[in-house]
Amino acid sequence: MEDLLYARLQMAVSLGFHIIFACIGMAMPFLMAVAEYRWIKTGKIVYRDLAKAWSKGVAIFFATGAVSGTVLSLELGLLWPTFMEHAGPIFGMPFSWEGTAFFVEAIALGFFLYGWDKLNKWVHWTSGLLVGVSGVASGIFVLAANAWMNSPEGFDWVNGQAINVDPVAAMFNDAWFSQALHMTIAAFVATGFAVAGLHAFLLLRNRDSIFHRKAMKIALTIGAIAALLQPLSGDYSAKDMAERQPAKLAAMESHFKTERYADLYIGGIPDQQNREVNYGIQIPGLLSFLAHGSFDAKVTGLEEFPEEEWPPVLITHIAFQVMVFCSIIMALVGLLYLILNWRWKERINRRWFLWLVGLMTPLGFIAVEAGWTVTEVGRQPWIIYGIMKTEDALTNMPGLEYPFYLFTGLYLFLSIILIWLMKRQITTLEEKYESV
Amino acid sequence: MLVDIIIFFLGFALVLYCLLGGADFGAGILELLVGKHNWKLVDRAISPIWEANHVWLVLVVVILFMGFPSVYSTITQYLHIPIILLLVGIILRGTAFTYRHYDARKDVSSKAYDWVFRLSSLVSAFFIGVIVGASILGRISLEPETFYEGFVRPWFNLFSASVGLFTMFLFSFLAAVYSMGESRMKPEKQLLSRIARWLTIAVVLSGAAVFLIGEMSNLYLLSRFIYSPIAIAAVILTAIILPFLWRSLSAGRGLQSRLLAASEMVLVLVAWFEVQSPVVVAISNSSNLTFGETAAPEATLWQLVIALFVGSLIILPSLFYLMRVFKGNQIT
Ligand code: HDD
Ligand code: HEM
Ligand code: HEM
Repeated sequence: MEDLLYARLQMAVSLGFHIIFACIGMAMPFLMAVAEYRWIKTGKIVYRDLAKAWSKGVAIFFATGAVSGTVLSLELGLLWPTFMEHAGPIFGMPFSWEGTAFFVEAIALGFFLYGWDKLNKWVHWTSGLLVGVSGVASGIFVLAANAWMNSPEGFDWVNGQAINVDPVAAMFNDAWFSQALHMTIAAFVATGFAVAGLHAFLLLRNRDSIFHRKAMKIALTIGAIAALLQPLSGDYSAKDMAERQPAKLAAMESHFKTERYADLYIGGIPDQQNREVNYGIQIPGLLSFLAHGSFDAKVTGLEEFPEEEWPPVLITHIAFQVMVFCSIIMALVGLLYLILNWRWKERINRRWFLWLVGLMTPLGFIAVEAGWTVTEVGRQPWIIYGIMKTEDALTNMPGLEYPFYLFTGLYLFLSIILIWLMKRQITTLEEKYESV
Repeated sequence: MLVDIIIFFLGFALVLYCLLGGADFGAGILELLVGKHNWKLVDRAISPIWEANHVWLVLVVVILFMGFPSVYSTITQYLHIPIILLLVGIILRGTAFTYRHYDARKDVSSKAYDWVFRLSSLVSAFFIGVIVGASILGRISLEPETFYEGFVRPWFNLFSASVGLFTMFLFSFLAAVYSMGESRMKPEKQLLSRIARWLTIAVVLSGAAVFLIGEMSNLYLLSRFIYSPIAIAAVILTAIILPFLWRSLSAGRGLQSRLLAASEMVLVLVAWFEVQSPVVVAISNSSNLTFGETAAPEATLWQLVIALFVGSLIILPSLFYLMRVFKGNQIT
């Protein structure tokens, strides 16, 4: 039992760490591409400096993402060998395509990082764009694997063995589209707001820097558009989930009874024993509408499932609230920015607005981590939904707390070094780039 | 047939991982050997393609879990500890290398990166060998009674250690040959050529030790070896190439040495594969895992082959182009 807990925690830490770099790897190349495009078109050196300065950070993050991803590919087997033995041939297909995407990404990155002075401008720009395209492609591929765990298809499960395996059907499972869409947009929200926030703080220190103003503008425009789209895609995810994994939906909304005109709780602490929610704000009928599109739709409650098949309700519920809360704030700030940028440009450089944007820095990544908690914890106790329990997939290696401490320590250490490295990048900006 | 194609790709990915990624590991070890000169050999030799080199390992892992799932799950389950040590090495060296290269200031911290990079290269190369050795040795037990029997005994032994040592020497030998080719300064080139020759001797001796210790550990590599004409041919070719390699190294011929060293590497892998096949993972008191018996369902293998074919058509030309554009160029 202890071992199971540590294995789950180790998985959560490793994936939670990796996903940060995955988001950056998907979105950042596009930010750089915008900056470089501006440079090629306008000839203004500030854009070239910006793209170059960003690319240094991206190289550092990419390497961290690459090693943490390599670790994951073996960690799945280290912790869940039984799962991988059965799932490998079924959900391996997207991983085999992802391999190609990784290569293209790494090769294009080689051209981009080392080719500033060697390649034709447009060839260089295209190689940068290719880094982003293949990054997004690899994210979309790997999500097919995760979506399959939520919506297992493409095989028949007979006496604990998979037969009639159809990897193509497994890859194109029901959950893939909604998850891939939501995750890809999330990468742009999280990276856009984090980068914009960082440059907003730097602007507060150095108000006339065109460099930071342009940087914030590019990042915030992309982040704002993505943040406005994200609630729509989230709503689509929730509707999809209501069909596919009603237990997860019920847990994330703390919805215990099956009923029509189901109420939506905002906030609140679910009480699993008494099957009620305390301290929440209750909006009549809204859950039915959000989950199924009409107020009188029936929403399945947790009571339909045996209690040992409930996901941890409290964690799933809180994580969902955190994601939605962050989402709404970022959407509002994004909207405000687009309005200011349309009519009242000079206010963008005001102290209060820069502070507001600065405070958004971690919000997107918090939403990403929270969203993944909903997806993964909400799938419990299943590792393959409805097919295999997480506890049955565990390795028989004892003492799993030690690897957990080891990897957690290592990732913490890397996080500290990364923050320190970024600080050093930022403090040397002025020496390196005149436009700062 | 389908399985053979996949084995071919697996071998191909493994060879490229050893030739390109192995040289990265070796470069770290080499920096240890020439420590007092404090050369950043690896920067010069591999930078632009560094990002791509380790993806070969990912590819090997993916082919294993998709195509031969119980090979993957048996190795990850019973060799948990050496795999963790390998992963720690991979994390530290990958990050230390990149951080050293991109850190905005070059100060005392670069010393720390250097040492982390070098030591973790050594550790990773060693444990790659240990994992390979443990897979052939046949001490993995599917029903272990104790922790020691299940998770320590399979790999904590002289034979696995000897394969680890061999791997270390092999990788650093490759790195020495590659960087000799890249080297532009005379004294440096001479030193590297000397080191490369010493490492050639170390590779041959440690390779012989692997066979010897194998015999002592009841792993009769020699008797399997003499029944495999291909393995014998490979080893004879290795022996024939050796004096040419030696001459080429002494004369400091970069390209020629590289080609010869790379062929040696490929021949070693071929011989090893021939001796070991059809067994992939040897199991004690039970039937060994072979490619044929552990292969995934046909539908999966088809998809894997398609992905590998299409992938190769995209990857190989672009990798080649990348190397051409940047070959031999100094990095800023
Ligand atoms: C910037 C990040 C971000 C933002 C602003 C939102 N989400 Fe989200 N959400 C994620 C980032 C995320 C994610 C990337 O972390 C997840 C985890 C798995 C996935 O595919 O996306 C996710 C999962 C996820 C799921 C579970 C999907 C599943 O398990 O199949 C639902 C139902 C929602 N989200 C709904 C929403 C709603 C209704 C939002 C806004 C009102 C929202 N999300 C904003
Ligand atoms: C393709 C992508 C992914 C795959 C294949 C995957 C696979 C897994 C597996 C096998 C487990 C352990 C078994 C289980 O608890 O059900 C797990 C647990 C977990 N993963 Fe994922 N995961 C993916 C993406 C992510 C990401 C990106 C995050 C977070 C940022 C994440 C967060 C978690 C958490 C929090 C758990 C622990 C859940 C619990 O045990 O309560 N996952 N995942
Ligand atoms: C939903 C979750 C995931 C997403 C969105 C994602 C996305 C990405 C992206 C965009 C990269 C590019 C590297 C970078 O830019 O830093 C990357 C790297 C990598 N990921 Fe993930 N990943 C996820 C989960 C996983 C899982 C579960 C595995 C392992 C089985 C994995 C294995 C890898 C590997 C091996 C790399 C390194 C590739 C390279 O060197 O280019 N990822 N991932």
